[in-house]
Amino acid sequence: MEVKTKDLWVFIEVSEDGNAKNVGLELLNPGKYLAEKQGGKLVAIIVGYKLEKVVKEAIFYGAERVITIDSEEYGRYTTDAYTHAVYELVAKYSPSTMLIGATNQGRDMAPRLACRLKTGLTADCTALGYDEESGNIAWTRPAFGGNLMATIFCPNHRPQLGTVRPGVFKKIEKNEGNIAEVIKEDIRYDVRQLKVRIIEVLKEINDNNIELESAEVIVAGGRGIGGTEGFAPLKELADALGGVVGASRAAVDSGWIGHVHQVGQTGKTVGPKLYIACGISGAIQHTAGITGSDIIVAINKDPDAPIFRIADYGIIGDLKEIVPLLTKMIKENKV
Amino acid sequence: MNILVCIKQVPNTMEIKIDPIKNTLIRAGVPSIVNPFDAYALEVAARIKDSKPDTIITVLSMGPEQAKQALKECMAVGADKAFLVSDRAFGGADTLATSYTLAATIRKLEQEEGPFDVIFCGKQAIDGDTAQVGPEIAEHLGIPQITYAIEATMAEDEVIVKRETNEGFEVVAVKIPCLITVTKPQFEPRFPTIKSKLKANRTEIPVIACSDISVDVNLIGLKGSPTKVKKTFTPPQKKGGIIIAEATNLESTEKLYKLLNDANII
Repeated sequence: MEVKTKDLWVFIEVSEDGNAKNVGLELLNPGKYLAEKQGGKLVAIIVGYKLEKVVKEAIFYGAERVITIDSEEYGRYTTDAYTHAVYELVAKYSPSTMLIGATNQGRDMAPRLACRLKTGLTADCTALGYDEESGNIAWTRPAFGGNLMATIFCPNHRPQLGTVRPGVFKKIEKNEGNIAEVIKEDIRYDVRQLKVRIIEVLKEINDNNIELESAEVIVAGGRGIGGTEGFAPLKELADALGGVVGASRAAVDSGWIGHVHQVGQTGKTVGPKLYIACGISGAIQHTAGITGSDIIVAINKDPDAPIFRIADYGIIGDLKEIVPLLTKMIKENKV
Repeated sequence: MNILVCIKQVPNTMEIKIDPIKNTLIRAGVPSIVNPFDAYALEVAARIKDSKPDTIITVLSMGPEQAKQALKECMAVGADKAFLVSDRAFGGADTLATSYTLAATIRKLEQEEGPFDVIFCGKQAIDGDTAQVGPEIAEHLGIPQITYAIEATMAEDEVIVKRETNEGFEVVAVKIPCLITVTKPQFEPRFPTIKSKLKANRTEIPVIACSDISVDVNLIGLKGSPTKVKKTFTPPQKKGGIIIAEATNLESTEKLYKLLNDANII
C-alpha cells in the first residue's frame, strides 16, 4: 500500500464497560517516541460505541490526533465488523505504522487486518525500536516458548503492524490539559453480514473485577498450594495489597481456579509492580509471562525451584505459614 | 461433514536447552512433535466425528519431508486422510506467505475432496508463537473465524463453539464454512492403539508441490514474506536476587516484610 503519511497509529481497545483498555494507553508511550522518529503524528484509533470517555483518555495519555468510528454495530467486538472498519481507515489515511495490544481481541483482529492489507505483522512484541538507517520499526518478540528472542523488520510493506504485550510499557503521565484534534469517520457495517452470533456469555468473576494485565499487584499460586482451598490465603494477601490472584498452568489444569487467572505462555502476560509467586516452580512457560514485573517475590519449599533464579526476593519455606504471616504483618502495619 | 485440520511439526520447546557458553539454542536431539495446540484441534474434530461417524477428517501440514511423521501420528488418532505440502520454494515463509500457500493448497484439496465445512487449526505453534496463520488462512479464504475455542459441536449449518475470552468464556454459533483455532481444552487428545499406529505407519502421504497449486511465486517463501528476521538472541538471564532462609518461617517472613517495606514495595 502506498504510504501517504508518516503517522504512527495506536489502536485503543475498548473494554465492555466502555473504558479504554490499559494496553492501548500504554502503547501511546512508545508510540510517541516512534512517531517522532518517523516524523509523523501519534494517532489513536478508536472503534466502538459511545466513545466520549475513551477519546478523552487517549488524549490525556498523549494522542496527538484521534480518529473514531462510533456506531452501534461496533458496541461489541466482532472480527468482521472491526476488521472492516480499521481496514477502511487504513485505506483512507495510509499510516506508516500501527500498534495493537496483544490481547485476545487484538490477536484475533490483527492477523485478519494484516492479511487484508497484504502486509507484515509481528506478534506479541515485548520491545520496540526504531532503526535509523532503514527507517523500519524493530519489533522484538519472544519465540520458542520464551527461549529465544527475535527482532523483526517489515522493510518493503506499509503499514507495518505489530501486536504488543500488555504491561510491557508504562503509560505516559496523565495530563488532563492535553488537547487534540478528533476526527469522526462514518464507516458502517451491516450486521446482517455477520456469520457469528453470540449465544451465551459466561463471565468468571475476577477479584475486584481487575484484569490481570492491568493489576499492580498479583499473588499467584501454583501446584504447591495444594488445591482450590489453597487460593483463599492468597486472596487475602492480594486483598491486603490491593491486588488480584493469578495462577500457574498447573493450578488451572488441576481445576483449582479458572483460566482467566492463568499467567504464562498459554495464559496472560502481566507486568505488575509486585508479583508474588507462591508454590510455583517457575517453568519457562510461566516465567515468560511475568518477566515484565518490576519486583518478583517467590515463596517455595524447594530451594532448587527455577523460580528463585528470576526472583528479586526468594523465601525458602512453607507458603501455608508464610502467606498468612505476611498478610497479617501488612494488615497490622496499615492500621 | 468434511473437516480439515491444519497441523505443524514443531520441536518440543519444553526440551530446548540453552548452551551456557555460546548462549544459543541447542536444537540437536530435541524431539519433533505435533504442535500440542494442533493435537487439541484434531481431538476437537475427532469428537465431532464421534457424534457424526460419516465425518471425514483430513489433516494438512506444510513443512519438510520429515513432517510426514507428524501427519502419520494424526492418522493414528482420528484423521482419515493426510497431505503434506512441501517445496523448497516455500522455505523461509512468514505467516502471510505460509497462510497464502496453505489457502491455495486448501482450494486445490477442495476440488478433489469436496468443500471443507470446518477448518481447524491450533491457536498457535509453540515454536513461532504467533497465532496468526489460522486467522490469515480464514482471511485468504474469505470465511469467518473463531479463535481460542475449547469445544465445538455441530448443529445444522452452524458450529456451536465455546471459546475463551479475557473475561471468561462465551458460546457462539458460526455458520459453515468457517475456520476455528483451538486452545487447550478441558480434555486431552486420545491415545493411538497399536493397530491404529501400525495402520498409520503404512499409509502413503501424498506430497503437494508448488507446481501443483495455483500461487503467485512472488507471494510464497522468503520472497513473499513481508517480515524479515533481522536477528535472534537468547533473552538476557535475570539474576536471582536475595534468598531468605531463616531458621523459622516466622523469621523468614519478618525479614521479607522488612526488605519489601524498606524498599517501598509494600
